[in-house]
Amino acid sequence: MSIIGIIRIALKSLTRNKTRTFLTMLGIIIGVAAVITMLAIGEGAKKVVDDQISSMGTNVIMVTSNFTNTQNTARQAAGSGNTLEEEDVDAIRNSVDGVLFTSPVYNTFGQLKYGNSNWRGRVMGVDVDYFQIRDLSMESGDTFYASDVESGTKVCVIGKTVADNLFAGIDPVGKVIRIRNIPFTVRGVLRSKGASASGMDQDDIVLAPFTTTSTRLMGHRWRFLTIFVSAESKERIPLVQEDILNLLQNRHRGTTADDFSVSSQTDIAEAASTVSDTMTILLASIAGISLLVGGIGIMNIMLVSVTERIKEIGIRMAVGAGKRDVLLQFIIEAVTISIFGGLIGILLGVTAAELLGKYMEWSINITAWSVFLSVGFSMLIGIFFGWYPARKAANLNLIDALRYE
Amino acid sequence: MAAKTLISVRGLTKTYQMGEVQVHALRGIDLDIREGEFIAIMGASGSGKTTFMNLLGCLDHPSSGSYSLDGVDVHSMDDAELTRVRNQKIGYVFQSFYLLPRTTALENVELPLLYSKKVLPKDRHAMALNALGAVGLDERAKHFPNQLSGGQQQRVAIARAIVNDPVFLLADEPTGNLDTRTSVEVMGFFQKFHAQGKTVVLVTHEFDISQYTERIITFRDGRIISDVANPNPRNAAEDLKKLPRLDDEPLEAS
Repeated sequence: MSIIGIIRIALKSLTRNKTRTFLTMLGIIIGVAAVITMLAIGEGAKKVVDDQISSMGTNVIMVTSNFTNTQNTARQAAGSGNTLEEEDVDAIRNSVDGVLFTSPVYNTFGQLKYGNSNWRGRVMGVDVDYFQIRDLSMESGDTFYASDVESGTKVCVIGKTVADNLFAGIDPVGKVIRIRNIPFTVRGVLRSKGASASGMDQDDIVLAPFTTTSTRLMGHRWRFLTIFVSAESKERIPLVQEDILNLLQNRHRGTTADDFSVSSQTDIAEAASTVSDTMTILLASIAGISLLVGGIGIMNIMLVSVTERIKEIGIRMAVGAGKRDVLLQFIIEAVTISIFGGLIGILLGVTAAELLGKYMEWSINITAWSVFLSVGFSMLIGIFFGWYPARKAANLNLIDALRYE
Repeated sequence: MAAKTLISVRGLTKTYQMGEVQVHALRGIDLDIREGEFIAIMGASGSGKTTFMNLLGCLDHPSSGSYSLDGVDVHSMDDAELTRVRNQKIGYVFQSFYLLPRTTALENVELPLLYSKKVLPKDRHAMALNALGAVGLDERAKHFPNQLSGGQQQRVAIARAIVNDPVFLLADEPTGNLDTRTSVEVMGFFQKFHAQGKTVVLVTHEFDISQYTERIITFRDGRIISDVANPNPRNAAEDLKKLPRLDDEPLEAS
C-alpha cells in the first residue's frame, strides 16, 4: 500500500475521532505554550538585567571606600571613613597598564532650582573621562571639557529626569540653574539611560566638573570619593583590577588593611546573572512540569484509546492490512497530531508572551531554543506514545487483537 | 461433482499452551472442500471449530499439518504473503460484525480495497457501493455502524467480505448476535452468493442455521466426528416470507 494511501487513512482516522485527536493535541498545545511563555518571561527578565548592567558603561571597574570600618563597633558618619584621595586617581591613571579612562566621582545631593521649579537631585563631581567610562552621550547641547575641569568652571550637564522636572517644555541648554544656590550653566542634556541594575534612576543626575563641586559645593578636601576606571578590554578587567588593588595597598600601607574595595562590572554582572538564572530555572521547572503533565495527558489518551484501537488493528489486519501499513498509519497519526499541536502551541505561547509583555509590561524574550526544546520534547512523547501501543498491537496474534476487550 | 478442490487440509493440529496445561484444540483434521460448496461446521463450544476456522482463514498458524488453499501451500507463506491471501482470497464475516466505529458503512466496505494493490483508487467507491447494493444497503451507505441495526451491520460486514471478490467466504457464527428473522435474512444472502458460485464456510452451533447449507461437518474434541451432505437445504428466501414482520422492525428504522 502506498504512503499516500496510508496518509489518507491516517488523516481520515484523525478527523473521525475528533475528540480523541483534540485531547491528545491539547497535551502538546499546553506543554509547548507553557514552556515558550515561561521561558520568554525568564529570558526577558535576564535581558533586562543584562541591559542594565551593560548600561553601566564599558569594562567598568569601581574603587570604593569602605567608609564603615569593620573593626570598629560604632558606625561612623558617612564620609568620615573615606580613605581614597585624588592622588590615588592620578596614580591609577599613570601607573596601571590597560587603563583607558579614569575619573574621580564625588556624590552629593542638592536642591536644584530653575525659576520657580525645585528638584532635589543627585549631583556628581566627575572628570571628563567619566563620559567615556559610562558611555554617556548627549541628547542635546554639549558636554564640558578638560579646560572646564582645570579652571573649575560652574557648568553642568543634566539627566533627563532633572530636565523634565526643572524645565517643563523649555530647552535647558544655556540656562542657569542653581545648585545649593550656586549658579551653574547647563551645557547639555544627557541621553536617557533608564534604571540601573539596582533600580536607581540613572537619569536623575547632574554632572559637573569635580574641581567645581569640590570647591563650590562641598567645601575643600571633600573626601567622599569613588574612582571609576575603564579597562582596555573585557579580558583585561581581572588584571587591571589586581594591579589597582596592589597599587592602592602599597599607597595606603599603614592604614587598616581593607579600607577600600575594587569591584568590576563583571562581578556585578555575575551576581545579577546568578539571580536571573535562578529565576529562569524556576520558570523552566514550572514549564517543564507543564510539559510533563501534557506528556502524561498524551500517554493517557493514547493508552485509554488502545482497546478500541487494538480491535481496529485486528480488523484492518484481518481484511488485508500488513504490519507495516498499520504501524505507518499510527506513526503518521502521531506525527500529524504532534506537528499541529506543536504549531498551535507555538502560536498560543507566543501570543500569551506578547500579551503579558504588552498588558503587564513585562519584559519578554522568546528564544528559538525554547521553541525547539518544547516542540521537540512533546513531539517525541506524542510519537512514542502513538507508536508504542500500535507496535504492541501489530505484534499481537491477529486473533488476540480481534478478540481484545 | 467435478469441481476442483479449493481447500485441502491434512493432519492439521493446533495446540495452545495455557499456563502449564497444553490444550489440544485440534487433533489432526483431514478435509477437502471443493469450489462452490456451502458448508456448515458445527460443534459444541470447545470442540475446536473456531480454531479450525481461524486456521482456514489464515488468521492463525497451525501447530502441524498442511493446508493448501487454491493450490498454494499456506503453511510455507510468510506474513506478507498471508496478508495478501487474507486480502485477496478470503472474505470474513464475524459474530460481532467488527466494523470500524465512527466510520460510514461505505468506508467500512471500502476497507479491504484500501489495502489491495489490484484496485485503483478511482474504482473503490463504485465497487463498495456495488457490494452494499448486493446486500440491499446502498441507501444506507452514509450511515455509521451505531445508526444501523444488528442485521444491517452484519449485512455491511457481508458486503465488506465480498467486495474484493474472494474465492471463499468464511463466517464465524454470523447469526450468533441476531434474532431469528434477521438470522434467516443473513442466511438468505449467503445462499444468494453461493448460488452465484461462491464457496461459503460457516461456523455455527445452531442446528437451524446449518440446515440452510449443503454439507454439515461436526467437530468434537478437536476431531471431525461426522461429515454429511444435506441434499435438501432450506430456502432462506421462502422461510423469510413465512416469518411475521415485526412492527418495530429495526431494518426500517433510520
